[in-house]
Amino acid sequence: MILFGYRLPGMSSLLVWGLLWEIVGQSGLTFFVPPLSEVTATLFSIIGTAAFQKALFETAYAFLVGVASAILIGIPVGILMGKSRLLDELLLPWVNVFLSAPLTALVPVLMVLFGFGMKSIIITTALFAIWIIILNSRAGVRQINRSLVEMAHSFGASPVDAFFKIYFWAALPEILGGVRIGIIRAVKGVIIGQLLISIVGFGALFELYSANFLMGHFWAVLIVLFALAFTISEFLAYLERRVAYYAAKR
Amino acid sequence: MAMSQIKEESAPAASAEFESAVSVKNITKNYGDVEALRDMSLEFPRGQLTSLLGPSGCGKTTLLKIIAGLLEPTSGTVEVGGKEVTDPGPDRAFVFQDFALLPWASVIRNVAFGLEMRGVAASEREAIAEKYIKDVGLAGFENAYPHELSGGMRQRVGLARALSVDADVLLMDEPFSAVDEQTRRKFQEDLLALVQNENKTFLFVTHSIEEAVYVSDQIAILLPRPSRVSEIIRPSSFRNKGVDNIRRDPEYLDIVDEIWASLRSYVE
Amino acid sequence: MQNRALLLKLLSAVLLFGAWEIAGRVPVSFAFPTFLESMAALVRMTLDGTMLTAYAETLKPLAIGVAISAFLGIAIGLWVGLSKFFDWLFSPIFIVMQAAPLAALIPLLVLAYGIGLTSKVLVVCIMAMPVIVLNTSGAVRNTPESYKEMGRSFLASDLSILVRIIIPAASPVIFAGLRLGISAGFIGAILSELKITPTGVGDIITYSRSIADYPSMYAAIFSIILLAVLFLNLLEKIELALFKGNERGYVSD
Ligand SMILES: Nc1ncnc2c1ncn2[C@@H]1O[C@H](COP(=O)(O)OP(=O)(O)OP(=O)(O)O)[C@@H](O)[C@H]1O
Ligand SMILES: [Mg+2]
Repeated sequence: MILFGYRLPGMSSLLVWGLLWEIVGQSGLTFFVPPLSEVTATLFSIIGTAAFQKALFETAYAFLVGVASAILIGIPVGILMGKSRLLDELLLPWVNVFLSAPLTALVPVLMVLFGFGMKSIIITTALFAIWIIILNSRAGVRQINRSLVEMAHSFGASPVDAFFKIYFWAALPEILGGVRIGIIRAVKGVIIGQLLISIVGFGALFELYSANFLMGHFWAVLIVLFALAFTISEFLAYLERRVAYYAAKR
Repeated sequence: MAMSQIKEESAPAASAEFESAVSVKNITKNYGDVEALRDMSLEFPRGQLTSLLGPSGCGKTTLLKIIAGLLEPTSGTVEVGGKEVTDPGPDRAFVFQDFALLPWASVIRNVAFGLEMRGVAASEREAIAEKYIKDVGLAGFENAYPHELSGGMRQRVGLARALSVDADVLLMDEPFSAVDEQTRRKFQEDLLALVQNENKTFLFVTHSIEEAVYVSDQIAILLPRPSRVSEIIRPSSFRNKGVDNIRRDPEYLDIVDEIWASLRSYVE
Repeated sequence: MQNRALLLKLLSAVLLFGAWEIAGRVPVSFAFPTFLESMAALVRMTLDGTMLTAYAETLKPLAIGVAISAFLGIAIGLWVGLSKFFDWLFSPIFIVMQAAPLAALIPLLVLAYGIGLTSKVLVVCIMAMPVIVLNTSGAVRNTPESYKEMGRSFLASDLSILVRIIIPAASPVIFAGLRLGISAGFIGAILSELKITPTGVGDIITYSRSIADYPSMYAAIFSIILLAVLFLNLLEKIELALFKGNERGYVSD
């Protein structure tokens, strides 16, 4: 967007929307939207409180453990699927099923099996992330150029060498793409898990705020969550672009 | 190597003798910091075929798109039939270097696209399109889709589409680059017949020196970026000796050598 | 060849359901019924009409929400894709929405709109809309320049360039966006039944859990996942048939 010959930065329109929010809030049009300035003030007042930090910590913990397990299981499974036809044909239908399945429906099962706590939330998070990671790692391995593989053979590379020096790097752009989408899904999964199992983390906080009609608090937490999610997703996109330069030329 | 000399090949001054269908006057075109064309002027005689020959990236496509009205020059003007060009018009038809076929439309709908945009009724435009599909040798492929065709066949669809709108000026950007050598020779002969029989003006971009000399009434040699016309060559003696004899004609061979000699320095 | 693929699919189904059956028989947990028990419950609830009434209830907000999101989403997407100004103005909102855990808005929606149909429809909309808008606008923006130039050089008007070139060129990606939007809509519909008020399938899940009728609970969950997967696969088949040979590209997720 170019205004008066000056190029406006990409996300600058969010300022306009923030201003609109402030105006709607100031006008007192609706109780549910307090002015942005008030929300920001609330934000700084709650950010140091023990309740908020506990929620943030619990969420971060569930998120990190869930994502780490999804990556540690997902990438090897995907690579194996890409290399073994039998495994691929056995697993692929289910990976596709769970990729498009509404996983929210599984949360009640997790709750009865693993209790109303952290464990269920971690598993929900991992379940949201893992399928796309598997699928992309598989795709990454499958697209590896045959002549690269043959080149490795012809220079006498050992299987381990071939794996770490060739396959991993050749499949890296796809794997990273899968991890990025998986992590974005995990952010949604961890929040959905907390909403349904609402005694942990932000789920508990939301329960508290909406029971007491604390709109400012509510929006403040939402802003923090959205900003964190957006930062994570942009950071991952940045990482992905760093390897994208060779993705098209393999 | 002498630059920017206009050389007449055994023919008297062109501009005096011929009426210009397209005239390019002092065109400059910059893409940001890249200067693609600089102060280029060139006349295209009516009813004749002019080839643009020059190294890759020298601005041939850019010049053609400016004449088509698809790009605006940074400065300078283009006149087609005496009128200044600002937009695409019915007097010009374009054959795209990358074909620009619509992948969701069948061959016949692609060929009829230009007529459709001119509001020609469906049955009529299909009849016209069918004729040109046959002319370019694609009869039987009317209902195929572009992805089912080879590169050369796709290019012929683009060619048929441009021919079907019956424009006075045909702007052809490497129209034969994707066809095989045999078809290419056939097309070159067809093109010569077309130039002879129809009173149309052809602007023809090619990378092949032989092809340029074979089909052209006039060859404009362009310099590398920022591009200007370095030479204009008008083969004259072999044009009416019959298509089969051209490639053996001494003048043909001389001109090919001469062009290669002058372009060689840019390749090395 | 054909046989092997089918055989392996069957084998993998047998393996998974067999594992479920064995785990249920051990049992790994008092709350883990066997596969056959769950299927029996599914058949029972299908035959006595429980499922039918439940799905009528569940699919209502989903269908309304998806219809609204598709209509508004494509309209906004076209607009954003065609105009630099609206791109600047609206894209950031949808980019943030796409990355953000919008489910967190549910408690707020319930406060503002109550626990009725409106809230549930809104949940489906906020889940489904961003990907539809982003796919549409991205596809419109990325229409190959040469198609548009071709249209202009053959004197197509702006409207016919939009209708004859931009929209057909963008439609595979738009359709893929719709499919992803519907997939997200399913998540929203189930989430709203579990979180806002238990109705429809969500009611079966919640109720049978409260009376420890685990086979029914698993059957309901199995059925909704099956339904969603079958429907999305059908959409994908339609997509493949419709845009066969077309250039395809997806805005990720
Ligand atoms: N849209 C654009 N933006 C920036 N620079 C461009 C653009 N189009 C062309 N150029 C530059 O202008 C110069 C001329 O391009 P053009 O496509 O006209 O070359 P050409 O002579 O047709 O080359 P070729 O024979 O390879 O088709 C090139 O050096 C290119 O880098
Ligand atoms: Mg070119």
